[in-house]
Amino acid sequence: MIHLVAALAIWLALWALNTKLANGPKAESRAVSLAIPLIFGATLLIIWELIVRGLNVPLVILPPPSVIAQTFANETAILWADFVQTFIKGALTGYALGCAAAFLTAILVDRYALLKAGLLPVGNFMAALPIVGTAPILVMWFGFDWHSKAAVVVVMVFFPMLINTVAGLSETTAMQRDLMRTYGASYGQTLAKLRLPVAMPFIFNGLKISTTLALVGAIVAEFFGSPTLGMGFRISTSVGQLALDMVWAEIVVAALAGSAFYGIIAAIEKGVTFWHPSQRT
Amino acid sequence: MHKLAPILMVIAALLALWYAAVPVMNIKETVTQLERGGAQVTPPSAQERRDAGHLSLVAKNSFAIPATFAQERPRLPAPHQVAAELWDSVVAKKITSKRSLVYHGWITLSATLMGFAIGAGLGILLAVGIVHSKVMDKSVMPWAIVSQTIPIIALAPMIVVVLYSVGLQGLFPKAVISAYLSFFPVVVGMVKGLRSPDRAQLDLLKTYNASASQGFWKLRLPASMPYLFASLKIAIAAAMVGAIVGELPVQGGGLGNRMLTGSYYGQTIQIWSALFAAAILAASLVALISALQRGTLKRMGLA
Repeated sequence: MIHLVAALAIWLALWALNTKLANGPKAESRAVSLAIPLIFGATLLIIWELIVRGLNVPLVILPPPSVIAQTFANETAILWADFVQTFIKGALTGYALGCAAAFLTAILVDRYALLKAGLLPVGNFMAALPIVGTAPILVMWFGFDWHSKAAVVVVMVFFPMLINTVAGLSETTAMQRDLMRTYGASYGQTLAKLRLPVAMPFIFNGLKISTTLALVGAIVAEFFGSPTLGMGFRISTSVGQLALDMVWAEIVVAALAGSAFYGIIAAIEKGVTFWHPSQRT
Repeated sequence: MHKLAPILMVIAALLALWYAAVPVMNIKETVTQLERGGAQVTPPSAQERRDAGHLSLVAKNSFAIPATFAQERPRLPAPHQVAAELWDSVVAKKITSKRSLVYHGWITLSATLMGFAIGAGLGILLAVGIVHSKVMDKSVMPWAIVSQTIPIIALAPMIVVVLYSVGLQGLFPKAVISAYLSFFPVVVGMVKGLRSPDRAQLDLLKTYNASASQGFWKLRLPASMPYLFASLKIAIAAAMVGAIVGELPVQGGGLGNRMLTGSYYGQTIQIWSALFAAAILAASLVALISALQRGTLKRMGLA
């Protein structure tokens, strides 16, 4: 009982603090706009902990954050091995291959009007489909190890990346292209000096969307068969053993890896497209 | 017609590529089977065949090519095999049969729609809250954005098992996963939409002395419609993926379950037909939302 009352009190107190910060004079400053979501996140964690303890929720339904943190700290070796298998070998390889293939296809599609008219609607259609469903087939073709996971990731990231790159390549105005023509620029020069730089915000949008898809693809593909390590393997077997603290620890790893991956791509974007209005502050 | 012709050409090219790949992918198993049946194959020993490349096997055993299109458990089924299986399991089987894809498709579809309704509904509500409350905007919105970079689907097996252990099973756990996946795209899109009216429009309403709720119903909500529909399309596709992945750990049927059992028993044609059924279902759902979008925007004079 005391836990629940404490949970309610902490919720009210921290929410009041946030209200005060958000409506206060310094609400727009960088520190405060960083602090508010952090306080909110911490509130949720504390309440989760207190409610789980207060209601004696069994570990097999919802472990409290403290137990998850402990498991995370104790099992770093296993978590690291899973991370390497799923993220570095499966997701990253597939991401690099898939994005590169989509980029080259996009340049080809852009060059020939017929391909553009035909491939783009098909690509748009494919991007909306549940492509994870190809996982069982690809696992059958490429075996249980990370190669099949990389293959699933390639298929998943290909179409969003293709659509975004093609959209970016048609972003130049007639005026800009005419200018290049008056300079006597060749196709390659126009591509390298004008159209690719203009396409960069779109390309990075595709790259950013693909970061999440890559991780999703690599994890879900492991549900269809994997060697005895990997994040998806650990999640499905730990669920079977009702070791939910381990599952949550893997989810923390997935969340950290996913947001770090996205953050790195976003940071590169900031450096490359510094000229774009959305990056100027 | 001008638009359709290149699309049909690309589809035809993909089909041709698919047909060309079938003999190469299936040749090893086919040759082994034919040899067991007493046919003369080159090279004769299984050892040599294992080390030989797929292409050279096809070249040396060209008599086996027709058989590669009619395997019972091919590595790559031919398009007509998939089409036949789709026809057989959608039209020819009774819809109550466990082998009917209509039966499995309905299980997936009902979970998708239920989850989509919950997720989109809650998403719109949260977006309204975020637009009207500065605290919610500042504390919840960053997490809504960060959560899009997290592979939420990793939670799916756990959600199903946990809800099962507290007595919930069947449709609901899958719908929870679908709802979760469709929730965040709707929040982010809807917040953008509700904020899309520009300064001048908001000021105009202020000069009319409009209340906050009037501003919401007469300006913000109508202005958000294009954004809402764009995010609903993403959300329903995500909801479908959620339902399919949610079906993996349970035995209750559904397209995801069809794929998993197919991969356990090597029934490749079954996997492919379930995959195509899922694709057709997802495409029709997105098309349905597009039609709704066109109708709504037309009546509003926006399209």
